[in-house]
Amino acid sequence: MTGLRKGRITRISGNMVTVRFDSPVMQNEVAYIQHGKERLKSEIIRVRGNLAEMQVYEDTSGLKINEEVEFTGDLLSVELGPGMLGQIFDGLQNPLPDLAAQCGFFLKRGIYMEALSGSEAWDFTPVAKAGDKVRAGDKIGFVQEKMFRHYCMVPFSWEGFFEVVFVEGPGKFTKNQAIAHLKDEKGNVHHVSLCQRWPVKIPIRAYREKLKPTEPLVTKMRLIDSLFPVARGGTYCIPGPFGAGKTVLQQLISKHADADVVVIAACGERAGEVVETIKTFPTLVDPKTGHPLSDRTVIICNTSSMPVAARESSVYTAVTIAEYYRQMGLHVLLLADSTSRWAQAMREMSGRLEEIPGEEAFPAYLESHIASFYERAGLVRLYDGALGSVTIGGAVSPAGGNFEEPVTQATLKVVGAFHGLSRSRSDARRYPAIDPLISWSKYRSFIDQEQKERGQWLLRKGNDIAQMMRVVGEEGTSLGDYLDYLKSEFFDFVYLQQNAFDPVDEATPEERQSYVFAFIDEIIQSDFSFSNKDEALHFFQQLRQLFRGWNSAPWQSEEFERTETEIRALLAERTKAG
Amino acid sequence: MQKFYSNITQIVGDVITVEAENVGNAELAQVITRRGTSLAQVIRLDEKKVFLQVFAGSRGISTGDRVRFLGHPMRIPTGEMLLGRIFNGSGSPLDGGPALDENLVEVGGPPVNPVKRIIPEKMIRTGIPMIDVFNSLVESQKLPVFSIAGEPYNELLARIAIQAEVDIIILGGMGLKYDDYLFFKETLEEQGALSRSIVFMHTAADPIVECLLVPDISLAVAENFALAGKRVLVLLTDMSNFCDALKVISITMEQIPSNRGYPGDLYSQLASRYEKAVDFDTAGSITILAATTMPGDDVTHPIPDNTGYITEGQFYLKNGVIEPFGSLSRLKQQVNGKTREDHRTIMDTMIQLFAEYRETLEKQAMGFEMSAWDQKLLKYGRLFEKEMMSLEVNIPLEKALDLGWEILHQCFSPEETGIKRSMIDAYWPGTHEG
Repeated sequence: MTGLRKGRITRISGNMVTVRFDSPVMQNEVAYIQHGKERLKSEIIRVRGNLAEMQVYEDTSGLKINEEVEFTGDLLSVELGPGMLGQIFDGLQNPLPDLAAQCGFFLKRGIYMEALSGSEAWDFTPVAKAGDKVRAGDKIGFVQEKMFRHYCMVPFSWEGFFEVVFVEGPGKFTKNQAIAHLKDEKGNVHHVSLCQRWPVKIPIRAYREKLKPTEPLVTKMRLIDSLFPVARGGTYCIPGPFGAGKTVLQQLISKHADADVVVIAACGERAGEVVETIKTFPTLVDPKTGHPLSDRTVIICNTSSMPVAARESSVYTAVTIAEYYRQMGLHVLLLADSTSRWAQAMREMSGRLEEIPGEEAFPAYLESHIASFYERAGLVRLYDGALGSVTIGGAVSPAGGNFEEPVTQATLKVVGAFHGLSRSRSDARRYPAIDPLISWSKYRSFIDQEQKERGQWLLRKGNDIAQMMRVVGEEGTSLGDYLDYLKSEFFDFVYLQQNAFDPVDEATPEERQSYVFAFIDEIIQSDFSFSNKDEALHFFQQLRQLFRGWNSAPWQSEEFERTETEIRALLAERTKAG
Repeated sequence: MQKFYSNITQIVGDVITVEAENVGNAELAQVITRRGTSLAQVIRLDEKKVFLQVFAGSRGISTGDRVRFLGHPMRIPTGEMLLGRIFNGSGSPLDGGPALDENLVEVGGPPVNPVKRIIPEKMIRTGIPMIDVFNSLVESQKLPVFSIAGEPYNELLARIAIQAEVDIIILGGMGLKYDDYLFFKETLEEQGALSRSIVFMHTAADPIVECLLVPDISLAVAENFALAGKRVLVLLTDMSNFCDALKVISITMEQIPSNRGYPGDLYSQLASRYEKAVDFDTAGSITILAATTMPGDDVTHPIPDNTGYITEGQFYLKNGVIEPFGSLSRLKQQVNGKTREDHRTIMDTMIQLFAEYRETLEKQAMGFEMSAWDQKLLKYGRLFEKEMMSLEVNIPLEKALDLGWEILHQCFSPEETGIKRSMIDAYWPGTHEG
């Protein structure tokens, strides 16, 4: 497909235009609509006869019939190379700060900028040498990007083996300068530079094998790590009605999760939430590395008022960037908020294409699209033996908070952990509002299995008793049952609930979780003696208050030790008497 | 110079189809009929066919009528001249004043670049404790008031319009009863708030297409003021009528409906309006409060459901009061840590205890014996409802916090509240004197 191929608009409906063409076109090919001086990016999503239907990544007002369209021959791609960490892109990988510098307050349509700066020079250090045999994904050298060695690799799209003919010595290079020459099996020489392009909708597969995720990815959220853990290279979803705290939870995880790189895809959600991340991350220091959190974060931001088609592509852009960093042997966490908005973008396009609708008017291919997106997560062994992973956490916004709806159901089929948020928990201000009675995880927790099961058993029992008490009243409940109910409430209040606005309580490291969980397990198993229910209630209220203070005391601080002594003294009084 | 087209080939609902050339998508046109001239907007182009949504409705349009394209999208005058004025959904004056055509800006402009927004941090005081204490309203926030028909949501909005500490109020009415229109007009006039207000009013009797325009023109005008450094509060009532108008048009255009007849892009349509709420890094701000009536008091209905996912919280108006459960201001944490140090403590404690009170009420209703603790909760709940929840209460935040401590003091001992010891020592009534 060479030469300039062009077409003309015959129909405009919302963000979909139909184009008549006379030379071959490719499905998912990128094209530009020429509107006066503006060039609007669009993508072919269906071809019928000599008409191509395209989704336009921009507002279509003012477009006219017969305007010219230029096909590019490329699939929608992103640029991969040093300079992405700390950056904020839109769904098409336009750097938003650069757009703001050029256009001011508003996102003017038709303005596309280089994703990575062409003028910035990076200090390159070679690792490959002349004569080496390499293939796609192998490391040629590295540059220092923030705290990481950012490896420059043989482009993933190159097939077969190559011989290194020449590698530049240490020195400064910009992204498009050649740093190595490689010879393919036919003897042709190719140039490798610091950056490469990759089509977003195709997974990067330059690794030896995909492994089963086993190591936990510590999020420092007690409820998640202890009861419903996430594994490195695994997947999880957070469905919940609005106001249940999905986004706050995702934000906390993005801050505290034990990952090397975090990619945040703000997909069709509120701009305000992204702004908070954008503005606070540069000021927060990651205790693990001592660098600002923004140094390990890439934000893909296509908020709800930005064009719908770009929203659809934003999750792919995000996962491609995540895969790219994985190829360097890093552990990457991708947080997509919200995958429902992405599914709705598909629905909008499907509606405009007048496809036969499936359930709730979502297209029939909804499930397969969701499945193939989550399948891009995984723990992989690279060609050089190093491990890298992409973990995907997707927020889901089910219509009406009803988990039976298509997007939630399609997601549940393919993820490894389910953190279901419930309205009743959030109404009762029990945060995080993950409902321990409906959530599950297929991954192993670092908490002792027996202790964990006892905790979950207690929560179920406590809930049963609470249900029963609603019918028979407190007076109809035995003291033993009432005590189990109080214990389960206590467990919920002081361990499962976590105060996101307390600097200590908001993140609990693995060691502290194991320690506290074991202590609580002791309390759960203790026999207490009370003469009546009011006494028991009063005791647990006291215990709860002490524990709350304990939760906000720094780990192993003097205050921590002192409160623990106080708690143990209070417990001793009650257990001794019995 | 401008060409007239007279080949109207189709009239369905309020959408007409005319054959014309060189027409831009979303462009404005005039339809000249015997009944007068109406504006119309291009909503779809298909070869030579141009689909126009006629603002005044299609009634009385004949296939021989003429259409003239204006070559520009919908525009609206802006600026200080608008203050104190009342317009309809197409921007024509309703108050007998002169029509304006200065400082025209395009309606429905591009979205704000997220990196040019700032983290909201300025509280808007309303004097209503259920808002100020428990769910503070924050500049640049977008909040719906969920309620059902018959609840005093318009009264609440009017009170906020009068009491809120902002520079400019823009009121967008959609599908309102004429009485409600008069109520707003009179209340704003009587309380002297009309001079800082601009009203765009669509009543139930007006053409449905004009209803669709109200949020767009209200927000375009608001944006213009915000860019000039003003703090603008936009009140929209009732957004459910706007959604229903969207439904009518999309069904007319034969779009496949997704849920209860609403178009699949309802979320995006609502989001593009609500997301106009903004705090610019070097200019003013737009805050949006929007009444949304829930058909059948069902929050899972597509309108409140989609709205809830877009907005930064919601107020539930139920039985004439702002219901503490379910009501949520997502941005309150940005401001309530900076008001007074006990603000969050009072907020959390009072709500948790109120939740327990509600459970006790249920138990009581089922005839169970009330324990000593239950009795305390009952006393607390009644005091809370009377002194905090009533919409009649109009007191500044600090007074409301003091009142909170007083109520707790009257009902509980300090440790029963679960409040941290340091807070009790500082604020529990009676402790500092003794």
